[in-house]
Amino acid sequence: MTAPAQSGPAAPVLEAVDLHVEIPLPMGQLKAVRGVSLSVGAGEAVGLVGESGCGKSITLRALLGLLPVPARVTGGALLLDGVDVLGMAERRRQRALTDAISMVFQDSLTALNPVMRVGDQIAEVPRRRLGMSKAEAHARAIDLMDQVGIPEPEQRYRAYPHQLSGGMRQRICIAIAMSTEPRVILADEPTTALDVTIQAQVLAVIDKLRVERELGLVLVSHDLAVVSQTCSRIYVMYAGRVVEAGQSLPLLTRSEHPYTDALLRSVPDPDATVERLASIPGQPPMLVDVPPGCAFAPRCTFARDVCTADPNPPELEPVSVGGSHTTACVRHQDIDLASGAVSAFVAEKEA
Amino acid sequence: MQYALYVVRRLLTLVPVLLGITFVVFLLLKLIPGDPAVTLLGVHATPASVAELHKQMGLDKPLYQQYLSFLGHALQGNLGVSYQYRGVSVSSLVFGNLAPTLWLIVVGMFFAIVITVPLAMISANKPGSATDGAVRAIPLIGIGLPSFWVGVMLILLLGLKVKILPVSGFGEGFTGHVQHIILPALTIALAQLPILIRSLRASMLEVLVSDYIVTAKAKGLSRSRVMFGHALRNAGVASVTVLGVNLAYLIGSTVAVEKVFALNGVGFEMYNAILGRDLPVVQAITLIFAVLVVMVNLLTDLAHAALDPRVRLG
Repeated sequence: MTAPAQSGPAAPVLEAVDLHVEIPLPMGQLKAVRGVSLSVGAGEAVGLVGESGCGKSITLRALLGLLPVPARVTGGALLLDGVDVLGMAERRRQRALTDAISMVFQDSLTALNPVMRVGDQIAEVPRRRLGMSKAEAHARAIDLMDQVGIPEPEQRYRAYPHQLSGGMRQRICIAIAMSTEPRVILADEPTTALDVTIQAQVLAVIDKLRVERELGLVLVSHDLAVVSQTCSRIYVMYAGRVVEAGQSLPLLTRSEHPYTDALLRSVPDPDATVERLASIPGQPPMLVDVPPGCAFAPRCTFARDVCTADPNPPELEPVSVGGSHTTACVRHQDIDLASGAVSAFVAEKEA
Repeated sequence: MQYALYVVRRLLTLVPVLLGITFVVFLLLKLIPGDPAVTLLGVHATPASVAELHKQMGLDKPLYQQYLSFLGHALQGNLGVSYQYRGVSVSSLVFGNLAPTLWLIVVGMFFAIVITVPLAMISANKPGSATDGAVRAIPLIGIGLPSFWVGVMLILLLGLKVKILPVSGFGEGFTGHVQHIILPALTIALAQLPILIRSLRASMLEVLVSDYIVTAKAKGLSRSRVMFGHALRNAGVASVTVLGVNLAYLIGSTVAVEKVFALNGVGFEMYNAILGRDLPVVQAITLIFAVLVVMVNLLTDLAHAALDPRVRLG
């Protein structure tokens, strides 16, 4: 077979197809992820957004094969370069996944081993897995610290996590993630715990590495501004499902799902004269006993009987013929979200 | 550097503690009813000879002077003269018997750690499994059994039935000491196991769900590297404290174990001194035990700080 032409989107490095994750609880199976499909290609940045508890983080952990006990994948496929790893024996699967994928966590203080020097935590993979000598691994760690923008890496090498600032710690976490020479980085709210000025720096470091090394990046965040700055594609998650997906700009300017629209409306606008911040009324559903049809219907101002007529959740369907923008709203052709809703936020983005 | 500072600071805090201990031990004798001079001279002694002895012993002076002279003598290693063995100095009696006791504590602790770590790790590796259940249940039997009984059972089983180990005394030379210390040390270790295993297991389970373990797993490290390289050291931080507290209790329990195994240590001497109402010896050994407990606490803190760099700040 000849290599495919380099036109159109490259073949995804990592792809989840109809992924299901369940957590057995005393009151029943909690369906944390209910059929999520997403993909990321080399050098591509995709965003995963949604409010707390929508299944973003658990999806990310499932992609890495490190779900917290007792959660487990109950369906779907996880493709690495087109090969399903879920069928592999556990050891082989973990090896394949951790070789190709790294993760950066939200809270760098808990993500680092408190009793181990940060440099040793970076040097560990080169030393233990890449078979380098002690001196080589040390040099590699210093090099990585330099690349993520840590000044005086030789001195910082010997520091313990609690001796560093939040921004420095998150850079260490990124250096650790890079130490495995991954092809995909999963970042779970990597800047949420940081000051705004530091947030931008840390995001810039991640983005620089993505471009330089052709890394795939899956960025989880509830901060639409962060995601829209960094990612070319966005997946919007609600109640364990992707409800809208597409290129960032069309998705944010012409959102075709009332949930995305509501999320955008709740972004604070510094120029707005209204006193009260817009919010989405109600709570996301408990995922033990999932309501029939569209899970957002109970909170949706556009909901009609048709939204819950089919007990199965609505599938993603293309917004227009041939486009990559998809939505899971059954009424997307009947309702008009574009007018007025997102103006302030997007105008700022486009400027 | 930071660690060295911590050690110095921690050593300085010992001074008031040790002074306090000497004061309490000094008062111990004062609070016991009866006159030591009368005890020494017998009930038929004349008041004049009692007064004469008071003067000799310094008992006619005010309490604080008596304490200062007790402290001065103690610092020079002079802890008085035994009542029971006339003319034998307490310090030669006590320090001559210190070695077996120290052996017993050190080897006992070594056994406790060597048995605890693998069992707790196996247990925490698969919580809820049959192995985990067995590891948690079996040592519990040990907690209900007093050490003197366990000691006797070990003597019967390993000393008299199987005849692989000596059952009493301290032996000759290094190898002799090692052979003789195994059974009493094991007796002491068995009593510690239930608490130590459970505490280390609980800390391991807590540590194993923390984010940095996910980080370590995400690095693709081997299971054993995650367990020993990352989890154990963190879990050990909490367990070292438990170990220290237990070790302090253990020092007291050497009295019974030394008696059972006829180990001529300080505990054995304590037993004899109590039966013989040899108060200066009781006082000296109490002082030694108290100092040992303080030392154990010191070592616990130093180990704690060595394991956890965050402790060195405080």
